[in-house]
This record gives sequence, structure tokens and C-alpha cells, in this order.
Amino acid sequence: MSAEIIIANDVTVRYNSIDVLSNLSFTIKAGDYIGLVGPNGSGKSTLIRTILGFLKPLKGDIYVFGENSTELTNWDKIGYLPQKMSFFNPNFPSNVEEIVALGLLSKKNFPKKINRQDREAIDKALELLNIYDIRKKLIGDLSRGQQQRVLVARTIVNEPELLILDEPTTALDPEMREHFFAMMEEFNSLKGATIILVTHDIGSIGRYAFKLMYLDKRIIFYGTFDEFCKSEKMTTYFSASSQHIICHKHD
Amino acid sequence: MEVIEFLSYEFIQRALIAGSFIALACSLLGVQLVLRRLSLIGDGLSHVTFGGVALGLVFGVYPIYIAIPFVIICSLGILQLIDRAKIYGDAAIGIVSSIGIAIGILLASLAGGFNIDLFSFLFGNILAISKTEVIISIALSAVVLGAILIYYYEIFSITFDEEFAKASGINTKRINSIIVVLTAVTVVLTMKVVGIMLTSALLILPAVSAFQIAKGFKNSLLISSVIAMLSVISGIFLSFVLNLPTGACIVVINFLCLCMIFLFKKISQK
Repeated sequence: MSAEIIIANDVTVRYNSIDVLSNLSFTIKAGDYIGLVGPNGSGKSTLIRTILGFLKPLKGDIYVFGENSTELTNWDKIGYLPQKMSFFNPNFPSNVEEIVALGLLSKKNFPKKINRQDREAIDKALELLNIYDIRKKLIGDLSRGQQQRVLVARTIVNEPELLILDEPTTALDPEMREHFFAMMEEFNSLKGATIILVTHDIGSIGRYAFKLMYLDKRIIFYGTFDEFCKSEKMTTYFSASSQHIICHKHD
Repeated sequence: MEVIEFLSYEFIQRALIAGSFIALACSLLGVQLVLRRLSLIGDGLSHVTFGGVALGLVFGVYPIYIAIPFVIICSLGILQLIDRAKIYGDAAIGIVSSIGIAIGILLASLAGGFNIDLFSFLFGNILAISKTEVIISIALSAVVLGAILIYYYEIFSITFDEEFAKASGINTKRINSIIVVLTAVTVVLTMKVVGIMLTSALLILPAVSAFQIAKGFKNSLLISSVIAMLSVISGIFLSFVLNLPTGACIVVINFLCLCMIFLFKKISQK
């Protein structure tokens, strides 16, 4: 039986006097591939940021690798891809190789240095994401899709046990999006990494993820895609036609 | 005038040595500040320096000794305003810098008005730098350079993507504090080179010039350092030969460097 990597106990997060997450309780096991879905403003990114300890719950606790999220130290086991591409300046004077190297810092002690062995890990991540040939190019000279792949390479370069990806496919075209979901599935099955992937594309993620967590300030649904499609609760939530459209895409 | 003769003057040697070290510190910090859209923190802190210098002059203490701790406290105050009071960075800089200027004006007024000393701090006078000031400049610049070297990857990560840096276990608050404290120290030192009025130019211009042609982050730090040091050295030379204010010469040369690099980039892209 797989160990539980994340345990949330009755978590409520309040921001500007409004409960953005209410009474969330769930567990995520090692090796799970979870699609975190929900409408805009449903609290998906808030949940991610709370798991990572950037936000402190008003009530309840989240444990990640057995540590309270507000006191996390196991950063070397976590790979995180933040939501907004705009978090970084697209004209930043840095090349692909330098940016991917930043993903190794969580494994480094003070003073942090990149050695020859790290170079091999960087090359491996670049090859996996098919961006080895552009490793010397400036991030600003790349397309949005290539930039996103660079950021993904930075996230997976240290081979994390838990990958948290906040809307990683927004800048990608439909073909690249499918490729991305498949690549994460491969990363999950070959490396055994636990993945939490935030997306709006329920139909596509449903094809790859083991489970869907549908969030709308609270957990509306948490189960497999088949269960999601058969769920009467979700039929009531979406309407039968919308649920059919989402699930038809899966077929 | 021959270069040998120019270099034989002791005051020129002192100016070149101190100026080069300070330029190096400015250029390395400037890269982080410009990329994080905090370029004007240099300007703000230089205004605060004015208050610190006035404080020193009023109490008869050597101004740099008062200005350094005063500016460090104010720089941390800016961070607190951004972090705790949730005030935008530019507004926080504006608040602290205007208070710095106000304190300076009040103290200068209480001390009987502006005097020649305060004027030299406003517009810089590196040719008049003393031996003690050279030693202070070298020592503090070395601290700045050492800190940037030691925390290079942490600073790089935060500058590129602070959210990701946090998730890498980097103590972003501590590194941010280190950057602003280093900036505060550098701004006070730069006052002697180009003066309070032109300090931000030495932080911003070499960095912006470097970004035009750099092929990576490390590369931009290197190019920025070379431009800053060359402009200080050539500015000192030019001001001595043409009998012009040194600070203004350094800034104008920096600007010309940016124009030339920009033109070179445009032509090479065609």
C-alpha cells in the first residue's frame, strides 16, 4: 500500500476576510497523478500555495512528506511550476541552461554551486523536453511553448518525488498540451513521481490522471474520471449536457 | 597630457582604485535591481543618504559613518513597507526617500543652511577622496562582491522567479534583505563617486547596456561590470583633462556606452 504524501485535515484558508477554501480534507498517495480542476477563482492555486506553505490555513493542517506545510524542509523532494508565465520577465538576460540549473538548488547546501554531475542532470532534462539544441538561447528569444518547456525542465531536473504544476499547459497549443499530459504520465509511471496538475481541460487530464479533484472553494468531487462522468452529483453541478460534453471528449 | 603623468598623481590613483571597486559593486547590484524593476531604489536610497549626510554634518561626525547605518535602516524600512503594509515597491521607495530628503533639508536648515561639504556630497568629488575613504570603499565593495559571489545562485533564482525560489527552499526574505542592505552600502559609497544626485545612473546604466548584448545572466553581470569600470576610469580621465565635474562625466560616458551598444545591436540585427 502506497504511503500518503499529502494529508489535509479540515483545511480552511481565509484571504481578505473571505474563505477561499473551506473545510478541505483529502489524502494524496505516493505515485498518484491528480488532476486539480475547477472554475476560475475556485481556489486551485490557493490550495497549491497552501500545500507549499506559502499560505497559512486559518483552520486545519496540511502535512507534506509528514511535515506540517508551514514548516516544510523537504524542498528537494518537491518540483513546483508556478502558475503565471508572467512571474518571470520574458526579456530576462538568461539562457535556457542557466534557468534549468535553478531547479537543482533545492538539493544544494550552502554555498550553492553547480558541478559537473549537475551538468549531466541538466542535459538529461533538456533532452527529455526536447530543448537541448536551444540550451544556449536566451529565454526571451523562444516561443511561449518553448519557454514553458524550459520551465518544466527546471521543475523536473532534480527528479522530484512530488511534482506540483499550476496550469502548465496554458501557453501550449492543443497538440503540445496532449504531448505534455502524456509526458507527465510517463514521468509518473517510469519515475514513480506523484503529480498534482492544475488545469481547466478536464477532458484531456481525465484521460491521463488517476484521479480528478474538482474544487469550488470546497471539494465538489474527488475520484476517477469514470466516476466523475457517472457522478449524479456532477450532473447536478454541471447539467447533463455539460457533463456529457466533458466526458464525450474522453471517449 | 601623457597617460603616465596622469597616473602619477596620487589623488588620481586613489580615485581610480576606489572608483573601480565601487563601480564593480554598483554594476553587479544594478543587474538584480533593474531586472526586479527596483531600479529606483538606488535613487530613493541616495535621497535618504542626503538625510544621513546632513545628520553627520550637524553632529560633526564623518558623514559616511552616519549615512551607512541610517541608509541600511531605511532600506530595510522599504522592505517592511512592501511586505507588511502591502504598499507597492515604487510607493514605498517614494515615501522613504522623501522623508530622507525632508530630514536632510530640516537638519541643513537647523545647522544654518547648506555649506560646501553638503554640496560635495550632492554632486560627488572622487578626485578629493582620502586614503581612509579609499580603504573604506575597497573594504565595503569587497563585502558586496563577496556576498554576491556566495549567494549568486540564490540571488539569480529570486531575480528570475521569486515564487519558484521559495519552493526551492531559498529564504527569499533573507536574500531580499541582503540585497537591499548591500544596495544601501553601495549607494552611500557611490555618493563619493558621482554624488547623491547621480547615484542611480551608476546602478542602472551599465546593467541596461549589458542587457542589450548579454547571452546569459552571468554574461550580463560580466558585461555590466566592464562597462561600469571603464566608464568610471574614462570619466575620471576626461574630467581631469577637460576640467569638468567627474560625476557628470562618468554618467555621460555611461549613457554614450548605452547608445553605442544599442546602435551596434540594431546594425548587427539588420
